[in-house]
Amino acid sequence: MEQLMENLLLCTFFLYLLSSVAFVMGIKGKKGEEPKQRERKWGNIAVGLAIIGVVFQIAFTITRIFISGHFPTSNMFEFTAFLCFTVVLSFIVLFFIYRTVVLGAFVMPLAVILLAYASVFPKDIQPLIPALQSHWLYIHVTVAALGSGAFAVGFAAGLVYLINQVGNKKSGKNAAYLEVTLVVVLMWVSFILSSFVSGALGYQAEITAQIEGKQVTQKFDLPPIFGPHEGKVVKMDSFLGQKEPLFEVPSWMKGQNAAKNVNSTFWGIITGLILYGLIRLFTKKRLTEILYPLVKKWNPELLDEISYRSIAIGFPIFTLGALIFAMIWAHEAWGRFWGWDPKEVWALITWLFYSVYLHLRLSRGWHGMKSSWLAVGGYVIIMFNQIVINMVISGLHSYA
Amino acid sequence: MIENTKCECGHNNPIGTILCEYCGKPLLEETKEKKTIEQEMRYEGKARRSQIKHKNFIDQVWSFFSSVKVAIILILITLIAAGIGSLLPQERVAATSNPELFYSQEYGIWGEWFYKLGLSDMYNSWWFMTLLAMIGVSLVICSLDRVIPLYRALKNQKVEKSTDFLLRQRISYQESVADEKKEEKFDALTTALKKRRYQIRQEGDSILAEKGRISRWGPYINHIGLIIFLLGVLLRFLIPGWYLDQAMYIQEGQTRKVPDTPYYVKNEKFIVEQYDGKFAGIPKKYQTKLILYQQDSSGNLKPVHRGSAIVNHPFEYKDLFLVQVDAQTNLKGIKLKLMDKKSQQSKGTFLVDLGNIKPNQVYTVGSNLEVRALEYYPDFALENGRPITKSQEVVKPAFIFEVKEKGQKEGERSWVISGENADALTPENKYVIKLAGFEMIPTSGLLVRIDKSLPIIFVGGFICLIGLAMGFYWHHRRVWIRYKDGVLYLGAHTNKSWFSLRRELNQVGKQSGIDLKLVQE
Ligand code: HEM
Repeated sequence: MEQLMENLLLCTFFLYLLSSVAFVMGIKGKKGEEPKQRERKWGNIAVGLAIIGVVFQIAFTITRIFISGHFPTSNMFEFTAFLCFTVVLSFIVLFFIYRTVVLGAFVMPLAVILLAYASVFPKDIQPLIPALQSHWLYIHVTVAALGSGAFAVGFAAGLVYLINQVGNKKSGKNAAYLEVTLVVVLMWVSFILSSFVSGALGYQAEITAQIEGKQVTQKFDLPPIFGPHEGKVVKMDSFLGQKEPLFEVPSWMKGQNAAKNVNSTFWGIITGLILYGLIRLFTKKRLTEILYPLVKKWNPELLDEISYRSIAIGFPIFTLGALIFAMIWAHEAWGRFWGWDPKEVWALITWLFYSVYLHLRLSRGWHGMKSSWLAVGGYVIIMFNQIVINMVISGLHSYA
Repeated sequence: MIENTKCECGHNNPIGTILCEYCGKPLLEETKEKKTIEQEMRYEGKARRSQIKHKNFIDQVWSFFSSVKVAIILILITLIAAGIGSLLPQERVAATSNPELFYSQEYGIWGEWFYKLGLSDMYNSWWFMTLLAMIGVSLVICSLDRVIPLYRALKNQKVEKSTDFLLRQRISYQESVADEKKEEKFDALTTALKKRRYQIRQEGDSILAEKGRISRWGPYINHIGLIIFLLGVLLRFLIPGWYLDQAMYIQEGQTRKVPDTPYYVKNEKFIVEQYDGKFAGIPKKYQTKLILYQQDSSGNLKPVHRGSAIVNHPFEYKDLFLVQVDAQTNLKGIKLKLMDKKSQQSKGTFLVDLGNIKPNQVYTVGSNLEVRALEYYPDFALENGRPITKSQEVVKPAFIFEVKEKGQKEGERSWVISGENADALTPENKYVIKLAGFEMIPTSGLLVRIDKSLPIIFVGGFICLIGLAMGFYWHHRRVWIRYKDGVLYLGAHTNKSWFSLRRELNQVGKQSGIDLKLVQE
């Protein structure tokens, strides 16, 4: 059963990967070929692969429910994998409204990244602690994730719009910010890659430290450049001859895994920059320039509308899941429908941010560039909530 | 600027009108020069109260709050403030008796400022409440300012609009059509539009096709929902007794008063379960079996409700919620051993039930000894050489006992202080009291909650959601078609998603033999 589950997840991953490749094929148009036809052909193949991937992911989810007896959204692995699922689902819906192949070439890789990122976290099944034993919790988390999935598509479309508009510009603020955004995504990817490489090499380190009066042992999958405050190495495979962490995190970082998270972030940044350097060296182009040819021929008004439309579809769903269902659940669990827990606060911030986006767009005519930047910013907030708030500012919701 | 409110078509418009209510022609000079009137179409070009020129104080307040720019700024301030407040734990979560010390000790200079700036309890602060209230006021005024004119305009729409109005729509088209072809084109267009679920009105040579008008009411309904929601939140603070947020700890077997309510509650049994096997140590269930009592007129406790508080399933009675939130094992009693000092022989043991010590309580030990509790200090300390208790919590319990043999008139005094050897205080004593053990008891932590706004809040949320769905899952699309002097005019408007409308109309055109050239396929 567990083996079946693993295999289903692996299949899902490769289907999404193949779908991404097919979407890219669809927009790469060779000379002498009718672009419309090519797009249609590859678009159909790609969306078909995505749909099969979704079916596999559903099968994976069902298998996991069988094994654990509960819906898999209760730790970082499960939740991130589910987030990936909602992104693909929202994308399929939007694909059937607008049939834009270029969108798939950006959203499906995002789904692949999310699924790979999920796999960085421990996959073992944990029983539910009492606080998580509630149907409202699943309803709340799944619906909120569906909303975020639609926002993710809005983000991808916004990104495509921006590349379309400034990808061929050598200078200017927008071009610079866009490049930075893409570098951040690259850092994320390279963190995942380095985790996999390190895992494949079997790297292990354990460091124990006193955290809030308790002895906590943190397991590092990546060589610990940063260790916990006043930690003791339990065991550590040597890394470039180094036998203990080079730096300690400051004492005010109190999360159980604070040092590990700082270390992961550090690896992401460093390997991301190295990767970026290599890309620049070999292609002699900025990331925006590399992507520009893929998106240049698309109608910007269409891209702008898709971005808005995704957010418009996502907003009511997000409101329902992240606020209303969350309040119902909080009422049952804590007797207060709103507790100003950091995770809740950031869900509210996300919601207020998107409502500002909608108002600016509707009343102040913020279309195009400004609107796309806001779509990107909104997703940054969601990811901030998902990653930083979960792992650094620990509250009632924190999984890790 | 010329304040010309009478349109060329002869219709008299109210002051401030931008597009003629009757035929849709632009009235203001600056609008007449514009290529499209998309901006002006938002409220159908109607006059709004906030736009009037001569302003008294009330008008100014009205204009201020009806501005979406102001609303956006208010929302942004709230958003940023909420984010800052989440950086460090709030006072309630930190659960500290001395917040000033807590923040500076735990978080250094940042914590100190966090506390000094009032951010440590900001979500209950007056200024945060004021922000929410201002958003509420803005929602009311802003909605009223627009919804009434909009409602009137959409209700009294005329089918025939001036060709000027049609041509200045963001989507517009014109084509010469021979008179005898007109009927055919009109028929084809109406059929194609009907197929796409447009409602068609035709008057003479004009057609108005419309669908999804409900989308226009979406934002207003969603704002009404938000207003109701905010009102619910506000009422909790305004009406005494609407809102209660307390906590209580209750030992198994104990009956205690529920703070700030007329009720008493008994903890019949407190169940803590853990997973077994490979997951041993992970909690599985916390459940407190409870009986709720109310005092009748003669002062007796009468049970009114029994049930359980389980995590995620609170105990409910009327408006009262008892929510399972904590589990502790507390010291229930201290077992003490009475010894003869000389012979080092035990004379027997007795149990002091800490939750239930009456003044001058007597414990019998063995067959002929009596121990009387003279003083009890739950949280013992010395202040200027005198014994005091620092609090009523059992932290460092200490006692003065009197030990008496049966029939003896006056016994000897004896100190017991936890963690200390008090024997030296009374060296002449015949007996000594020593610790023999503790008795622990599971203690359930409950939240005591009343929130009478809850129905209002959830109804508000629900209405808001309906409005959002109306606004986002429907689109208000209108197509005006007019035939005049051998020319077919077409203009179209939507409140969102122009591309989709273009694509739809292109299809409509194709089916009616008109190449609208709105999108390149
Ligand atoms: C947190 C609070 C608010 C939320 C969540 C919210 C939500 C929304 C949404 C979802 C829309 C529809 C946007 C669209 O169709 O693209 C909207 C429209 C609008 N909102 Fe709000 N709103 C809020 C506060 C306010 C406030 C305080 C005002 C007051 C000035 C306001 C004024 C408007 C206006 C004028 C519209 C446009 C209506 C129309 O033209 O049809 N909103 N709002």
